[in-house]
Amino acid sequence: MTRREVEVEINGGIVRRTVEPRLLLSDFIRHEARLTGTHVGCEHGVCGACTVQLDGEPVRSCLLFAVQANGRRIRTVEALAGPGGELHPLQQAFHETHALQCGFCTPGFLMTLEPFVRDADPATLDEATIREALAGNLCRCTGYQNIVKAVQLAAERIHA
Amino acid sequence: MKPPPFEYDDPGTVEEALALLAEHGDDAKVLAGGQSLVPLLNFRLARPERLIDVNNVGELDYLRVGDGALRIGALVRHSALERSDEVAAAVPLLRETVRFVGHVQIRNRGTVGGSIAHADPAAELPVAMAALDARFHVRSSRGERVVGADELFVTHLTTSLEPDELLTEIEVPLPEPGTGWAFVEFARRHGDFALGGVAALLRLDDRGHCERAAIALLSAAPTPVRAREAEGFLLGRPLDEQTGREAAALAVADIRPSGDIHGSSEYRHGLIEALTRRALSAAADRAKEAA
Repeated sequence: MTRREVEVEINGGIVRRTVEPRLLLSDFIRHEARLTGTHVGCEHGVCGACTVQLDGEPVRSCLLFAVQANGRRIRTVEALAGPGGELHPLQQAFHETHALQCGFCTPGFLMTLEPFVRDADPATLDEATIREALAGNLCRCTGYQNIVKAVQLAAERIHA
Repeated sequence: MKPPPFEYDDPGTVEEALALLAEHGDDAKVLAGGQSLVPLLNFRLARPERLIDVNNVGELDYLRVGDGALRIGALVRHSALERSDEVAAAVPLLRETVRFVGHVQIRNRGTVGGSIAHADPAAELPVAMAALDARFHVRSSRGERVVGADELFVTHLTTSLEPDELLTEIEVPLPEPGTGWAFVEFARRHGDFALGGVAALLRLDDRGHCERAAIALLSAAPTPVRAREAEGFLLGRPLDEQTGREAAALAVADIRPSGDIHGSSEYRHGLIEALTRRALSAAADRAKEAA
């Protein structure tokens, strides 16, 4: 199969590779860019663990090919923390409310919820809206109660 | 869980896409948002020799309201449809419907044209489009044709699109002012494929009697289906609870939904009847508000 050259901006850096068209973006991120924070769960678009942001919007990276990200901007969980390793307010809130146990699903939750929390108005943010926002991500350890709490806490802090 | 090898083209224009389809149509699949096709590839349930990726065909990414219709380019993402205030004002049924499609990650990537061309009878947009009498613009290097839902949807995951044809536009006639609308469905978990669903449009005359009714059913048959008998029954009648109940019974009189592990055929039959009652009641309330 004809290989193609791709150039993808990931977390501000350029990653240039020649790849098979069938290479999934999730595998490109993990195996070529060597960013293993993006986790691969079901690999057919159900679990949400591989969620990254494509030009700012959460998408499932297992349902995209790396060639489709050519010239586009990708953000992964590694981009959330500050330069000194200080946690993003959403990560901090996950930590404080015990919104993770094994942590496998967490990167996907964070990349889904980061733009949601940023754009949310804490005054009108109700639980049903939060639950709908995270419905595309599965967590098998904690249930969702504490994840909802983390979103509420992060929204309050970010918009304080 | 990795896709099989394929040749890959990413045309930048409709003309280029049609030329590729004319050459390779029999062995190729069109890749749009990929939210249904890529899982099938990852499972290796589909093994096309070639993918023709239309994501760079920017000319198919438009929403236009004018001349009595909303025109949706086939590449419009679900999330763009969801966010458009122009769409919400012109065809409110579509905003109500698109929110039931998958999850935010899926709506950010999935396209309206892809959902129609995939023709899953459990998908929401084909059902809403059937209720809205949408017209589907289809192009190939041989020319263009325009078909309605009855002609487009053939059976489960099958349309009347020829291998060299590309769905380019969905033209939705604007409902007349005062039309009430509703989309309802039931799924075990939010974002899952629905076990049943209904799209309804109703308009009342100045006596409060129904002068237009459209009812389309989800997961009731291998394609979206219009409940024509129930629609005919409603015409000229006041929209009250009794009428709604009788119309819902008529709507499901001839359907035989297929049963599976998530719900038997009988269960789905009853579910769709109940959802039809609810959709009619909600659409009637909105039509009355507008009157």
